[in-house]
Amino acid sequence: MTVTDQKSGGSPSGSNGRSSVAGGFLRWWLQSWHPIVFLAVVIVLWWLVTAQGWVQPYIIPAPSDTWAAFAENAEYLLQHTWVTTYETLIGFAIAGVAGLLVAVIMVYSKGLEKTFYPVILFAQVIPKIAIAPLFIVWLGFGAAPKILVAVLMAFFPVVISGLAGLRSVDPEILQLVSTMGASRLKVLLKVRLPAALPELLSGLKVAATLAVTGAVVGEFVGANEGLGYVILQANGILDTAMLFAALIIMSVMGVVLFAIIQIAEKFLIPWHASRRDVAAATVRF
Amino acid sequence: MTEVVDTSTVLQVSDLSITFASKRGRVSALEGIDLDVQAGEFITIAGPSGCGKSTLLKAVAGLTAPSGGSVHLRGDPVTGPRQDIGFVFQRAALLEWRNVRGNILLQAEMRGMNMRKAQERTDELIEMTGLSGFERALPHELSGGMQQRVSLCRALLHEPRVLLMDEPFGALDALTRERMNVEFNRIWSQTGTSVLLVTHSVAEAVYLASRVVVMSPRPGRIIEEHVVDLPARRDYAETLESSEFHRVSSRVRELLGSPSDAD
Ligand SMILES: Nc1ncnc2c1ncn2[C@@H]1O[C@H](COP(=O)(O)OP(=O)(O)OP(=O)(O)O)[C@@H](O)[C@H]1O
Ligand SMILES: [Mg+2]
Repeated sequence: MTVTDQKSGGSPSGSNGRSSVAGGFLRWWLQSWHPIVFLAVVIVLWWLVTAQGWVQPYIIPAPSDTWAAFAENAEYLLQHTWVTTYETLIGFAIAGVAGLLVAVIMVYSKGLEKTFYPVILFAQVIPKIAIAPLFIVWLGFGAAPKILVAVLMAFFPVVISGLAGLRSVDPEILQLVSTMGASRLKVLLKVRLPAALPELLSGLKVAATLAVTGAVVGEFVGANEGLGYVILQANGILDTAMLFAALIIMSVMGVVLFAIIQIAEKFLIPWHASRRDVAAATVRF
Repeated sequence: MTEVVDTSTVLQVSDLSITFASKRGRVSALEGIDLDVQAGEFITIAGPSGCGKSTLLKAVAGLTAPSGGSVHLRGDPVTGPRQDIGFVFQRAALLEWRNVRGNILLQAEMRGMNMRKAQERTDELIEMTGLSGFERALPHELSGGMQQRVSLCRALLHEPRVLLMDEPFGALDALTRERMNVEFNRIWSQTGTSVLLVTHSVAEAVYLASRVVVMSPRPGRIIEEHVVDLPARRDYAETLESSEFHRVSSRVRELLGSPSDAD
């Protein structure tokens, strides 16, 4: 056999003499210039709108003022960002584990699926902002009620995507493993869960962004720390620059969480059609 | 125990019928199938598309429940998925995230076999089916024929006494297919495994079989069975030139209503 190592991704642009640092940068730039250029355009427009005095600073602060708000209050912002990050991550982790667990239970038991589904749907459609005050009454002013709101927000997409993923296994593969006499646990671990990963990770991406929202909503209702608290404070004194700074941090948090899962996908599901290199090289239909 | 079932009879299908109910109505896939298979026999099943060949194999494996009649495999009535078989599905049915080795070894992992032995045997099977060099390739990096060969290796790994194969060589080119036929004839003649193999190629059906079963269009019934009176171990060229091969294959072709071999 003459076939040697034809594995490992197979990206067409290998190392061809060019200095690897410059080459690496070029490749990175070619892949990611679209959003960077777009962001630059938005900032320029933002600057233009404020510098020309078309809108008042208390409505939209200038980019420079927003930057100053960052710089001057770095420590204050960092401290509150940490609180919100902590609430978000714990909420997201709980929602991820619990959501997957519930999805697994629902796949294996028709009866429990029928029992859980309406409850989960009910929990989802209740406006979280309306129920958050209740959590404060129950759990006090600490992190717990914020985490609970984050969990509630992030839970639903995990269950739904987990359920769809666990069900996406080719029925013939399930028939195949049934001729191998494997235990349910083995089938779950070696067949159903890996097959569910692509869907599940999509759900987790949605859940991550919702967990941020959940934590901040929780802080809105009653808190003395966190980005939600910062926003309320800044709003109270019409400090729009600070408000913008907090908003930007919140968005970045969501984006970073999203990006981490996106990177995890690369390692967890390199086999999936959505991650194959050919997909990019193929004509879009 | 004094069982009615003779021990040398590996498979006994009696008056089996299978009807599928769907929203568009009822489809009768199989009707009144009677088939007895002795230990070590190689049965090939030929029949028009949609006549219920796959359905028959799945019923034998316990993957599809009969609507009527019964199936006995190695003395026991088939009531659910059987583990004492190897099954090759019409579509390769590989796990997308496992490479060639991993897909073959799934059989061993699920059965809790001795992994050392299983890995050695996997290497042998990979070598035998010409997959060497692709051990670490993922299914989407393989051709349809290569995927089928992986699925074949997986079915052979645990050395089952009964093999059920649904067009295992269907996606192979003519030459590789001949090679696999010869290789598979060797394996079968050495191991004494009982085989049920579905094929659309008349030449393959007759070359491999100790008995060819021909089915009618849907609802599938067995219309004729032909014993191929040739030694178990067969030379390819010699067999294809033999008068016995010609006798059976022209009859099978006639029954299937095709003027010339389709492969
Ligand atoms: N799960 C199912 N539900 C409903 N109908 C089915 C199902 N499986 C098979 N059938 C029907 O049963 C009939 C026989 O199908 P089967 O797959 O056994 O045919 P086949 O002989 O293997 O055909 P081919 O040679 O094309 O593979 C077909 O008409 C098919 O539509
Ligand atoms: Mg078929």
